[in-house]
Order: sequence, then structure tokens, then C-alpha cells
Amino acid sequence: MSDAVLDKTSARDESTFDKGYLGAGHTLRSWLFTTDHKRIAILYTLTLTVFFFVGGIAIALVRIELVTPAQDFVSADEYNRLFTLHGIVMVWFFLVPSIPATFGNFLLPLMLGSRDLAFPRLNLFSWYLTVIGGAFTIYVLLAGGVDTGWTFYTPYSSIYSNSHVIAAATAVFVAGFGTIATGINFIVTIHTMRAPGLTWFRLPLFVWSMYTVSIVIVLATPVLAMTLTLMMAERFLGVPIFNASEGGDPLLFQHLFWFYSHPAVYIMILPAMGVVSEVIPCFARRRLFGYDFMVYALAAISLIGFFVWGHHMFVSGQSPYANLVFSFLSFIVAVPSAIKVFNWTATLYGGQISYEAPMLYAFGFVGLFTIGGLTGLFLASIPIDVQATDTYFVVAHFHYVMVGGTVSAFFAALHFWWPKITGRMYPETWARFAAVLMFFGFNFTFFPQFIMGWAGMPRRYGSYPPEFQVYHVLSSAGAAVLAIAYLLPFAYMIWSLRWGQRAPGNPWQATGLEWQTPSPPPKHNFDRVPTVEHGPYDYHHEGYVDQKEEIAGSMQTAQTDGDQE
Amino acid sequence: MTADSHFVFLPAAASAHARHVDWIYFGLIGVSVVIVGLVVALLLTFGIRYRSGSPAPRGKLPEWVSREIEIGWTVATLFAFIFIFWFAAASFLTTIGAASNPLEIHVVGKQWMWKIEHPNGVREINELHVPADVPVRLVMISQDVIHSFFLPALRIKQDVLPGRYTSESFTADKTGSYDLFCAEYCGSDHARMGGRIVVMPKAEYQAWLDAQPGAENLAGKGRQLFTQLGCAGCHFEKGHRRAPDLAGLYGSYVQLAGGGTVRADEAYLRDSILQPARQVVAGYAPIMPSFKGTVSEDQIFSLVTFIKSFSGDREETTQ
Repeated sequence: MSDAVLDKTSARDESTFDKGYLGAGHTLRSWLFTTDHKRIAILYTLTLTVFFFVGGIAIALVRIELVTPAQDFVSADEYNRLFTLHGIVMVWFFLVPSIPATFGNFLLPLMLGSRDLAFPRLNLFSWYLTVIGGAFTIYVLLAGGVDTGWTFYTPYSSIYSNSHVIAAATAVFVAGFGTIATGINFIVTIHTMRAPGLTWFRLPLFVWSMYTVSIVIVLATPVLAMTLTLMMAERFLGVPIFNASEGGDPLLFQHLFWFYSHPAVYIMILPAMGVVSEVIPCFARRRLFGYDFMVYALAAISLIGFFVWGHHMFVSGQSPYANLVFSFLSFIVAVPSAIKVFNWTATLYGGQISYEAPMLYAFGFVGLFTIGGLTGLFLASIPIDVQATDTYFVVAHFHYVMVGGTVSAFFAALHFWWPKITGRMYPETWARFAAVLMFFGFNFTFFPQFIMGWAGMPRRYGSYPPEFQVYHVLSSAGAAVLAIAYLLPFAYMIWSLRWGQRAPGNPWQATGLEWQTPSPPPKHNFDRVPTVEHGPYDYHHEGYVDQKEEIAGSMQTAQTDGDQE
Repeated sequence: MTADSHFVFLPAAASAHARHVDWIYFGLIGVSVVIVGLVVALLLTFGIRYRSGSPAPRGKLPEWVSREIEIGWTVATLFAFIFIFWFAAASFLTTIGAASNPLEIHVVGKQWMWKIEHPNGVREINELHVPADVPVRLVMISQDVIHSFFLPALRIKQDVLPGRYTSESFTADKTGSYDLFCAEYCGSDHARMGGRIVVMPKAEYQAWLDAQPGAENLAGKGRQLFTQLGCAGCHFEKGHRRAPDLAGLYGSYVQLAGGGTVRADEAYLRDSILQPARQVVAGYAPIMPSFKGTVSEDQIFSLVTFIKSFSGDREETTQ
């Protein structure tokens, strides 16, 4: 690839859009019918950005309503539709696909040293399914919304709601199949398309996270499809399943729903853990502490994550003895997460740490995820959960995990791999400012929710007793700060596409295979398939003493000719 | 906190259980502060000490910082978490068995109000008056969707389901007025489906009850209904009965026609009124008609209360 000439001095050379895979075609057709995993990743990124802002606008309106105790900005029904839209869009059209469909799609073949995913056309089909699902969501929005909450609890959703439940459930149903197809694609790719020498325990943690998350996706998402089908069958055809007055069991829905939706929490957080495990070693110039424990921790979380769904149902009328079992397992599943936090911290020991934006986001992730995880222990304790469930305490808890965790990691990934994806550097000062602002805006928004939740403020209330107002005002003000912190990267990233400094092949001196190709990578990724001779994260020779393997030298890979760093 | 205060930091604690839960809560906060403090301190210490270009020495890690330390903190975390589980679960286990002879109050949830009925038939809406220092058991059911009866000052919450009784128990010991919320999203006016619980001294509660209109014994009302609906025709028949005897039935074990036994609890009594063919008592023909649609949830409550209180002896003589 002779076009990847490193040029730091001149920004007046050819546009970034003429280079590598970006230069492979400029027609709409060349994008909509592409089977290149990198272009599909871009399609996903654009789609998810749109939905991120749809979900964001919905919650902005909710936060405005909550500034005053009275129901005065929107009506009660409108309020219910807004928080439902926020939940459905953010969960299924942003968080679940977020890191796998964008960075996973882009990076997985590059990290494996392969030319594409195993099933490139299936990959494109996944994106179309996501778009079709998204189109249903937009239809629901335009037709007047849905008011069941993202959880679709029966019998409210299947019998009592007067909103567009069927269309909304169809949206989730269709998009779910897009996710399943991506999961299958990733599993097959990781099994069959690793470069010579890239053994399982030489895979970067990000690849491991994609592998474990894909297995969870493939096992859990079909259950969601079945559950929604049953709910729609009751609503549309009158088949009595959850309707108690016909002998059905409304709790059955909750069991099935959470059998999917608790693993879905791990679908959202595992990729984030993968991202952070790439970023921290790179900016600490350090081998990841306890690599194999990190792998086992991912596997343990994925496995045990399937057996804890009942902790969402401690007050549902489930047997108290079942509560005990689910409580115990929920404590157990927290152990591997705690191990990961310790290991990320220990990785810093003896490093040469620098604080570019991705590292700041990763630090933010570790702090916020720790608080999110610890408050998870509160909710796993039955007597605490009885008070805290269905209050703002739970809302704050899962936002610490999913927004403080996953979204922070998403932005870490965005900044870390932006040079690789676009061939341009982002403006570092602005990016650092946005990272710090996001951290403070986030805490400002969600920490007050822990306090008011414990004090008894229920979730999904458009009006509330005045004693909670001070916390809602703080939370809404924090949300405004957070909104700015999200809009900033949107602006400077677009700016960088034209005016950003030209990115070299490996701007961070990172070790992964994806950095061995030019930025942006050519359509076929590698001129010669690289050969891998050592484990990942070969940054610094002193470090975690691994008893199984010799301390490795530098990773010997076939250098592509474009990489001159 | 009472509903009219303007700021709340910690919720009021109006029962021994609530104060106990607070102890667990504060214990967990203590653990969390230590762990977060540790993580933040390590991040900052390492982050500053080993910043790029700093003079701090960066030798080889000592040998023992390897598998041993990793296994060490894994096991330590595991035991810490299991301890917290046990600490929290132990206090939960004590709440499973209900107090003996509680004051039983019936709650019907419907979009979007709480209908409450005291044992003597006094009814109220969105307000629950209870005596202090008396064990209270709420027996709850929903007429439509799932609701949840949430009393933050007592640290209790229980979903209220259609078609099935659930219950929650408490002994309030601080008089005052506290929030009552519906905690399970139930549609348009979910946010307004609330009110208050008023905890009063025992004597005041009695005075309040006496001052309410419509006070009549709930079991008596159930008995009246029992006769009206024609249940007495079979269940009170002399000699060979077409229907099983109800005297002392509540809480006993019943032999079923299909084999097996079932405990005659509230749920069984309710089911037997609505779906009599499902669990037929051994030795009887399934001839009882269903009362589904003819009796409301409130009426089922009074029928169940009557059957629970029915000892038989007195009835036999008056029959």
C-alpha cells in the first residue's frame, strides 16, 4: 500500500476519503452494497449515532419535566412514552449493538490478521435488519409512541396498553436477529480465521470479549424473540398466556424477559471491558496484569450471568427461597468483575503512563464501573433490594454500569481507534476536556439519584412529592452538562475528518495487529497475512511474572510496508 | 420523612425492621467506601508515580506478585462477598415467617388507586390507617395490571398481582404519616397512584375505626354473601353433603380427588371459588359452579375471611 505515506507536515494532501478502504468507492451503492467489514462498521456507526441522539432527545424532555414536582411540561401519557422510547432506543438500538457492531466489526478481522469476517454478506444483512428494526421504532415514534416501559411487562403490554406495542416489539424482534447474525459471524470468524501463530491465549482481550459476548448473544437473544412473540400472540391473537383472568401467569413473562435481559446487561458491558483492556496497557506501556485471569473472568461472567435473572424479581411474588439462590449467585457473579478492576489497576504498576483522551475515558470507566458494580451488591442483598428496586437507586445503578461503563468505554474506543478508522488524529486538548467533562457531568447527573432512590423516589414518575425536587434539579442540571460532553466529540470528530492531523499507521505505538496496517487500512486489510509469534500487550518486559510462558520478546509480525512508525 | 417536608436525605424509619435494614445499608456503604477508596487511591498513586518520564524506579516485579496475589485477591473477594450475602440474607430469613395473629388488612390495587378494607369492614382509598406496635399483614390483589405496594418508611415493597394473593407484613412503631407509592409501572396515572400510611396509637386507631361509616364485620359480610350466593345450600347441608365441610378448613391439608394434598390457604380458597373444578376434594363430584365474573375481588376477600373464621360449632347449632 504505497498510498499510506506518513505526512505530518502537510494537511493539504489528498482527502482521507480517497485512502484505503474509504477510497474504494464514493457512490451510495458502494456503501449500501458493500461487504467490507470496515464499511459496514461505518454504516453501523452512522445508524447508532442517529439513535443515540433520538434516545438522548427523549431523555432530555424527561429531565426537563422532572425539574418541577408537578406534571407540567408534558402530559402523563407523553411522559410515559418518552421514557419508554429512551429505554427501547438506548438499549436495543445503541447499547446492545454499540461496541460489537461498530468497533467489533471494524477491528475483529484486523486484530485476527484476516481479510474480512467469515460471512461478509451476512454481516451486511445484519445491518439491514438493524435498520429495518430501527424503521419500526421510528414508525412507533411518529405514530404516537409506546408506553409500556422498555420491559414490556404483562399484562399491561399484552392487554391494557393503548399504544403501539406490536410495532415496538416487532422493532426489537427484528433488530434482535441482526444482533444474533453478528454474534454467529464473530464466533465463526474467531474460530476459523486467526492468523498463523495467533493461538487462543495470544488473542487480545478485545477479541476475547467479542467471543464471549457473541456466545451470550446467540444463547440469550432467541429467548427475547420467543418472549416478545408470546406477548404479541396474547395482544394480537388473544392467546391467553400471561393473562391471569384466563389462567395465565403474568410472572412467567418476567422470568423469560429477564432470562434474556440480565445476560443483555453483560452483552452491553463485556465489550466495554475488552476496550479498556486494550487502552490501559497501551497508555501505561505495560503488559496487561493477569491476562489469563482476565480471560477466565470474561468466561465466568458470561456463564454465571445466565443464572441470576431472578434478582430482578425479589418483590415480584417469587418464592423467598428462590430469592435466596438468586441473591447468592448475584454475589458470585460480582467476583470476576472485581478481579478485572484489580487487574486494570495493577497494570499501571511500574508503567510509563501518559494521559491521552482514550486513557482518561478508561480511567473514568474504571471508577464509574466500580461504583456501578458495588451498588449491584446492594441490589443483590435482598432486604436492601426490597427498598431500592423500582426506585431511582436502580436507575442510578444501571446507568453507572451502562453509561458510566459502556458509554465511557465506547468513547475510549472511539478516540483510541479513530486514527485507524479515519486516518486522521482528533484534537487532543478538546478530547481531554470532553473526557473530564463527561466524567463530572455523569456523576452530577446520576449520583443524586442514589440518594433520592433510597429515600423512596419511585422510577417512571412524571410527578413526585416535593421533598425529592432538589435531587431532580441536580440531576437535570448534570444531564445538561452531560449533553454538552456528548456533543463536543460529535463536533470535533467531524472537524478532524477534514482538518485533523494525518494519522500514521500506529500513532500510539500499540502492539495489536490492527496497528500493523496503514491508517485507514486498505480494503483487504493486509498485503501479506501476518504471522504471530508472541502474546499480546508486549509493551514492557518487566511485569506480571507468568509462570506458563517465558516473558516474551516483541511481537514479531510481518510488517506491512505502509507502517513507518 | 413525612409527606409535607421539603427535603429528604434518609427516609424515615418507622419500624424495627426499617432500622435493621438501615444498618445493613450503612454496612454496605462502609464496604463500598473502602473499596472505592482503595481503587481510587491505587489509580492515583500508580497514575502519578509511574507517569511517563517520572524518576520512580521500575524494576522487575517481585516473584510473589504473580499467580499467588491474583489467586489471593480472588479468594478474598469471594469470601467477602459471601459474607455480605450471608449478612443480608440472614435478616431476610427472619422475615419469611409471619407474626402470629396479625391484624389482617385487605388491599385491592386497580388503575390507579388503592382500595383498602379493614377487618371490621371499614374501607378507605389511597390511605392506610394502622395501629402502632401491632403486627399488620396486608393481603393484596390486583384487579387489572401489576402494581406494587411500596412503603419507604417501613422499607417494604411487594408487587400486587392479578389473579394471585401476595402479602407483606410489618409492625410500625413510630406514629406519623408516611408516603405510600405504587412502585410497579402501571400506565397513565402510575405517578398518582399513591397516598399515605398513617400510623396511630392503638387507642386512636380504635377511635378512628369507630368513627368511620360502614363498619361491620368483614367475616359477617362474607357470611351474608355466602348465603345470598347459595353456597350454604350445599356446604351447610345436613347429613350427606354434596360439598365439603368448611368448618376449621383454613390452614388444614385437603385430600384431592386427583391424588395429592393441598394446604387450604387464602390462594386455595380463592381458586376454589373461581375455578372449582381445578382442585376437587376427594370424595366429592365436581358439581360446584364457578363464581368468576359474579363476585368482585372485594367480595372474594369477604368470603375468604368468612371461611377462615368459620369454626363450625356455632354454625351447626344455628343451622
